[in-house]
Amino acid sequence: MNTKVLKISLSKLTKIKVLELINFNDFFKRSESGNTSNFTLAPFKVMVKKEITDHIRNWRFIILFAIIALACMGTLFSTLADSAKTLAINNSENAFFFLNLFTKSDGTLPSFFVFVGFLGPLFGISLGFDAISSEQNKGTLSRVMAQPIPRDYIINAKFLAGIIVISVMLFALSFLVLGAGLVTLGIPPTAEEFMRIVIYTILSIVYVSFWLNLSIMFSIRFKQSATSALLGLAVWLFFTIFYPLIVNIIVKGFEPSKYASQSKIFIYQKLKFYLVQIMPNELFNEITSALLVPSVRSLGPLTMEQMHGAIPSTLSIGQSLLLVWPQVTGLLALTLLCFLFSYVIFMKREIRSRG
Amino acid sequence: MEKRIEVSGLTKKYGTHLAVDDLTLSIEKGEIFGLLGPNGAGKSTTILMLLGLTEVDAGCVKVCGIDATRNPLEVKRKVGYLPEDVGFYNDYSGLQNLMYIARLNNIPIKQAQKDALGILEEVGLLDVKDKKVESYSRGMRQRLGLADVLIKEPEVIILDEPTLGLDPEGVRKFLQLIVRLSRKKGITVLFSSHHMHQIQQVCDRVGIFVKGKLLAEGKISDLAGQLFTKNTFTIEAGVTSNQANLKTPLEEVTKKINQIKGVANVTLNNNHFFVESKQDVSDELSKLIVNLGYGLSYLTKKEYGLDDIYHKFFQEGKAI
Repeated sequence: MNTKVLKISLSKLTKIKVLELINFNDFFKRSESGNTSNFTLAPFKVMVKKEITDHIRNWRFIILFAIIALACMGTLFSTLADSAKTLAINNSENAFFFLNLFTKSDGTLPSFFVFVGFLGPLFGISLGFDAISSEQNKGTLSRVMAQPIPRDYIINAKFLAGIIVISVMLFALSFLVLGAGLVTLGIPPTAEEFMRIVIYTILSIVYVSFWLNLSIMFSIRFKQSATSALLGLAVWLFFTIFYPLIVNIIVKGFEPSKYASQSKIFIYQKLKFYLVQIMPNELFNEITSALLVPSVRSLGPLTMEQMHGAIPSTLSIGQSLLLVWPQVTGLLALTLLCFLFSYVIFMKREIRSRG
Repeated sequence: MEKRIEVSGLTKKYGTHLAVDDLTLSIEKGEIFGLLGPNGAGKSTTILMLLGLTEVDAGCVKVCGIDATRNPLEVKRKVGYLPEDVGFYNDYSGLQNLMYIARLNNIPIKQAQKDALGILEEVGLLDVKDKKVESYSRGMRQRLGLADVLIKEPEVIILDEPTLGLDPEGVRKFLQLIVRLSRKKGITVLFSSHHMHQIQQVCDRVGIFVKGKLLAEGKISDLAGQLFTKNTFTIEAGVTSNQANLKTPLEEVTKKINQIKGVANVTLNNNHFFVESKQDVSDELSKLIVNLGYGLSYLTKKEYGLDDIYHKFFQEGKAI
């Protein structure tokens, strides 16, 4: 009896062992197959590299870059002449001379940040408007799609290459302005100024990449590059010209009388403020002004109570950043939203050779 | 034989339009299979589904034993696909275009360079490798497309209307190239076209595809057998009758020909005989004519080609 039990238990034990072995092998097999299906990033890098090369060699990019660079140089010279005077007059510590280089101008030319805010969207649109549609029209999209790369590599590569090109350009311009200031003045920027400028540059990259994403989305949706370019420009014009007009008309209807109560006026101002918050360019303007002008303490309307007891001084960089945090989040959200939509459209799409 | 492409019950709908209807097909290793059908028959859609480039509504696709809908990347690793009217980056040279594809397939750069040069030589583009693709002719682009497909060393090649827009000489060369490469490397080829002659020249097996349905499939000779069960052979004979010692008039000859075993029908038309028969009777026919004192000016055997099959099926296709 005992031996029987022993035998049974032994056989069961060996079975378990065998089972374990099988599982173990299975496990190894799975992990191996997992390794083979685990895609390396090498093809992605190749794609990004090619996109960057294409951008830089493209006349469109060269021309736009020249325009932006020239505009910035122009403002730089006029501001430098101007700022040297102001510095001579007002040699206090809070002068933020380097920030003035980005925001002030002598009136002959708009300042640097205006140029970036104005030409940035154009730049983003021009980099992205034919991203997918031109590949589709040339018949190269289906050729690339026939290679063993995940479909999203294509838009990811387009997007990343665009961002890299934009970043290089904007950082180059910002540092050019900084360097010019350094050369003329001979004093280095303070750490805070430097940080503010770097953060401003990073956020302007986010802003331009919003337009890039928007135009990539249009280029996925529309087969004709011209359609997507025009649509991109239309959106940009809508937000810079028409939307503020519409907001004005709406707001006019709610305008309280001169003798209305404080709270009514406050609500009215709030409404005015919030209505423009969905505009990407307004968001960016607010970010710019808070970051580059440290004395900006609030973006929306403030009540007298809120103002009470405030020290009339500049904000520290952390506080400025905190002030525009909602705007930064909004801008990022808009960018991601565009990306999400492009993703959804593109992944579901059937790709035929042409058209 | 190993199956390279296995398709069963494949269905694809665009709205209410049935593009591919319950397609079942299998292609063996090393075979050159021709997918023949008119424009809009669903050939390209089928190919897209084989590569997992479009969603499958029903059915199952297996390429090299891999499910193409579940695992399209693995399939694309093993399958070279030359799309219809393929495009290249025009401001890059042929070699650069090829290298880009090689790099997308994760072939190390040195290896890719070596492979690319070898393949360019094979397709006859080595001397123009550094010219921009925009200067290439249609035939050169198509050959570059083939190079593109070959660089990843595929097990299966899928060519979608590869001869479209090529001149006859270009077509001939291109087809020869495909056959040579396929035989040399044992690559399975799926070839879609609406030109029956091209398919007839190169393909081992043919599938006739009309309105999303595979109407017939098999070797060309078998297809003819399926279709034209009676009187598969038609022989045309021209006779000369200017000799003086003619004893039998032509009408008599017609009767005698009719008595040959297997002959079903004989028609006489101005010194030409058209003989329809179940088997090959050219031997007996020529002997008979010569023995009766006539001169035989020519004798041609007409076998049913893809042409006839094509027409026959398309008529049926229209009736559906």
